[in-house]
Amino acid sequence: MSAEVRNLKFVQALNEALDLCMAKDPRVFIIGLGAPDAAAIFGSTRGLAEKYGPKRVLDTPVAENAITGVAVGAALRGMRPVMTHIRLEFAMLSIDQIVNQAAKWHYMFGGQATVPLVIRMVVGRGWGQGPQHSQSLQSWFAHVPGLKVVMPATPHDAKGLLISAIEDNNPVVFIEHRWLYSIHGPVPEGLYRVPLGQSSVLRPGKDVTVAATSYMALEAVRAAEELAREGIDIEIVDVRTLNPFDEGPVLESVRKTGRLIVADTGSRSVGFAAEVVARVTEQCLRDLREPPVRITLPDLPTPTTRALANYYYPLVSDIAAAARRLTGRPARPEPEIKPDAFLDVPDSTFTGPF
Amino acid sequence: MTNSQVPPGTAREMLRMLLRIRLVEQRIKELYAEQEMRCPTHFSIGQEAVAVGVCAHLTRDELVTSAHRSHAHYLAKGGDLEAMLAELYGKATGCSAGKGGSMHLIDLAAGFLGAVPIVGSTISIGVGAALASVLQGVPQLTAIFFGDGATEAGVFHESLNFAAIHKLPVLFVCENNLYSVLTPLAWRHPEGREIARLAEGEGLLSLQGDGNDPEVVHAVAGRAIAHARSGAGPVFVEFKTYRWLEHCGPLDDQHLGYRPPGEFDAWVARDPVKLYRERCQERGVAGETEVAAMVTAIAAEIDDAVSFAKASPFPARDQLAAHLYAP
Repeated sequence: MSAEVRNLKFVQALNEALDLCMAKDPRVFIIGLGAPDAAAIFGSTRGLAEKYGPKRVLDTPVAENAITGVAVGAALRGMRPVMTHIRLEFAMLSIDQIVNQAAKWHYMFGGQATVPLVIRMVVGRGWGQGPQHSQSLQSWFAHVPGLKVVMPATPHDAKGLLISAIEDNNPVVFIEHRWLYSIHGPVPEGLYRVPLGQSSVLRPGKDVTVAATSYMALEAVRAAEELAREGIDIEIVDVRTLNPFDEGPVLESVRKTGRLIVADTGSRSVGFAAEVVARVTEQCLRDLREPPVRITLPDLPTPTTRALANYYYPLVSDIAAAARRLTGRPARPEPEIKPDAFLDVPDSTFTGPF
Repeated sequence: MTNSQVPPGTAREMLRMLLRIRLVEQRIKELYAEQEMRCPTHFSIGQEAVAVGVCAHLTRDELVTSAHRSHAHYLAKGGDLEAMLAELYGKATGCSAGKGGSMHLIDLAAGFLGAVPIVGSTISIGVGAALASVLQGVPQLTAIFFGDGATEAGVFHESLNFAAIHKLPVLFVCENNLYSVLTPLAWRHPEGREIARLAEGEGLLSLQGDGNDPEVVHAVAGRAIAHARSGAGPVFVEFKTYRWLEHCGPLDDQHLGYRPPGEFDAWVARDPVKLYRERCQERGVAGETEVAAMVTAIAAEIDDAVSFAKASPFPARDQLAAHLYAP
């Protein structure tokens, strides 16, 4: 029986995943500030409070630390909470519960305690999100043994990975980039799973490997279209799960292409891109024809004004330029970016403030 | 709150548990010097009455969480002694398979959900356990033990607020031993404000009692637990008591000079174990012979548990990477 495949938005895919998991398993509940409200976490929890009642979509006080502990405690007692943060930064108030508690209880109690908890965090970008509404701190979470860290890049994977995360018996940090919410893509109907801990080849190619996370995978697809016209064929590996990181497809790709670009939504130093480069150089040094390239945010807080943010985020043209350099093609003039250009929205349909 | 006498059976059981916790910790204190229990260990000596008076009410299924100083809570809730001692020795037979130590005790069969040394962390986790029981349609009491220091953490206030909103069946037990490590209460709380008032401000029924008198604890906890079990909402109880030993470790620390003159002696004169032993004898609940028999039986139990712990194997090397993720 083949399930019908629709063209859905990323946010609709998330919503379907939540809906299906809640319908299937009474232990699943959503908890988070604003989860049942009219904005419904940018639409991702739309309709669920009405369908499943207030006990399964719990709004909360502004108390991220305790609420995360409450979710951990409920998970320890057999529930499967899905916690939501409309911005990743709000989870910073609950680092003790995420890092010291959720990540540790299974190991430190010798396997007796399990914490089947999903913590959704939305990374903002554009429209002046600024220093405290746009951080992409996946590398922090991926650094903590015991956590799983997931960053979907496509609507298909958003649904399949969220279902897997909810069904997983471990704490999963599920990081969603706000600029992916309106992206369309094929999404099968019904329950299906994209396994955690599996990278996927988003686009096969032979010249350059681009290992990418989250929104940068989409940017890589855009770069691939541009580069294809010039005869450069890039292979895109969508990392999808940062911990545990499935390095196999990246290594395999580099063995074929001999060239590596890592494009991550986080900042540069001590970040996930560095981890990918380290693993490739440890295991495939002699396959590399050129030094690997990291495309990341600079080691700076996010400025609010677009006059500065326009120069803060890497662009499709940066990926393309790196690919040309690695393949020995002549550089092209860098696109001129005007300080007042409206680069602070993902597409013309996006309006602020969030 | 005045003393209300507990039935003789309960009194005997409370006395036995007081003696047992004291004797277990005294044995750990002696053995710690052998330097084979290689984990930070926080003793409950002097504070046993709070654990005993509260846990005397709890069914085996009802839950308890605790923090760094958890031996008394673990034992009073029925935690397995052999597994606890083995844990302190880092053995495979320990309650956390050697991966936790004294600061990470657990006994799920006894309803001891877990203890961790990050102050305040298990307060919200305990609230979550109570929430789960309500969502599952079988409300069940969770008693959350913590010290006075935890009441200064944001998570304490956040947790009380959340529990109050949802009228969760939670008993918050503040074991106020007057010090956070070596820092006295007066440096951490404004003068004249009782901790119990904080919980009142969060909208909870808030009670206080003498934490060195097991029957006072039993009476106050009884009222609080009845309220919480009835669905009327969470309750906060504060018991003042006193830590005899150093913050962490088996030694006396009076030479450090942080305790005001006379304070230590005054509290030791009100030793909860001695006090209750005398009271039970006066009342004829447990005479000298009976108490002696209890002590002998407990000592034998401890001997066996220590032997078990010492004879147990360490975890095999392959356990290092075990339990990173749940299957």
